[in-house]
Amino acid sequence: MLDKRLQSLGRHGVDFITGAGRAGALLIGALKPAGRGLKLLPLLIKQLYIVGVQSLIIIVVSGLFIGMVLSLQGYTILVGYGAEQSLGQMVALSLLRELGPVVSALLFAGRAGSALTAEIGLMKSNEQLSSLEMMAIDPLHQVIAPRFWAGIISLPLLSAIFSTVGILGGHLVGVDWLGVDTGAFWSVMQASVEWQEDIVNGGIKSLVFAVVVTWIALHKGYDAVPTSEGISKATTSTVVQSSLAILGLDFVLTALMFG
Amino acid sequence: MISKRIELMVGLFLLAGISAILVLGIKVADSQLGGNSASYQLTAKFDNIGGLKVRSAIKVGGVVVGRVSSISLDEDFSPNVTMDIDTQYNQFPDSSSVAILTSGLLGEQFIGLTPGFVDEETELLTNGDAIEDTRSAMVLEDLIGQFLYGSNDD
Repeated sequence: MLDKRLQSLGRHGVDFITGAGRAGALLIGALKPAGRGLKLLPLLIKQLYIVGVQSLIIIVVSGLFIGMVLSLQGYTILVGYGAEQSLGQMVALSLLRELGPVVSALLFAGRAGSALTAEIGLMKSNEQLSSLEMMAIDPLHQVIAPRFWAGIISLPLLSAIFSTVGILGGHLVGVDWLGVDTGAFWSVMQASVEWQEDIVNGGIKSLVFAVVVTWIALHKGYDAVPTSEGISKATTSTVVQSSLAILGLDFVLTALMFG
Repeated sequence: MISKRIELMVGLFLLAGISAILVLGIKVADSQLGGNSASYQLTAKFDNIGGLKVRSAIKVGGVVVGRVSSISLDEDFSPNVTMDIDTQYNQFPDSSSVAILTSGLLGEQFIGLTPGFVDEETELLTNGDAIEDTRSAMVLEDLIGQFLYGSNDD
């Protein structure tokens, strides 16, 4: 009994380490310059469309609603202190520092990450990746690299769009509905938000999340057991592991940046 | 091959993302990306600046005319504040005074500039001039201390 458990513990440990090794090899293989960078540009544009443009609607809609909810909740609390003028500051800072990068990364993991895993897993199961290798084309360059770069470019932009739309949504509820003065809303926000402290740090966060989410998604797809069950498991674990990684890393990054 | 529509959509997406970053930078953080070309600098020495910060506002009668650009400590240990004033407000006489004020009871601190009198002897403040007449920030602990000691003296 005990040695069975010990065995399974060891197997999990070894699996984890080999998995990390394969993930590292994947990343290095994808990022190694292939000497045919320009030929990959059309592939990158196509992936930017799939990963970025198609995630735009969910990002804009959720950004709008999160901004509106923040504004509504913030107003009901702040009005108790007679401080509803600070609504703009509260909405902008919580969006730029936390909610923008984190929520858009979570949505991105669900919307784009899972799709990447499923697509690559399916490519593997019907042996498209092996066929590429047969034609002496490295699938890491042809398939993985464009998707990786598309994720890294898309997510920070999506997160900036999320924050902007969220602030506009907060303005909509706070100013147009609840009657906070529009001048106070913007001027308190402008006095408190700093380019370096808030916007650049939020951008760094979302860049880190982009690398992590895309990496996990691609690795899970590339490493999936090539059966329908294996692909479904890989897709699930992409969403679960990216979400956990985002939230965990967010705490570490916040502690480093604002702690 | 990828269609023109996809290229167009990707281009629009990148444009939207970059303009979102610009909106955040200019409208939300109010950063001066174009540099501060149209301003001149004045300095003022205080005893105590309280909670004044770089980029705090400088107001004349409530109107923002500039911002604090730097705060340093002089060799005689008194804080020296450098202010960037917009060049469209360049008519202040050298008899003007500055005071560190607080907006509201708990609000943030700003510099209130009061334009002084004008006669034959006064000149206009220009770039690099120092304002001599300054009033420091009210520090709550000092006020309470004065109140306590004041009542003990009776």
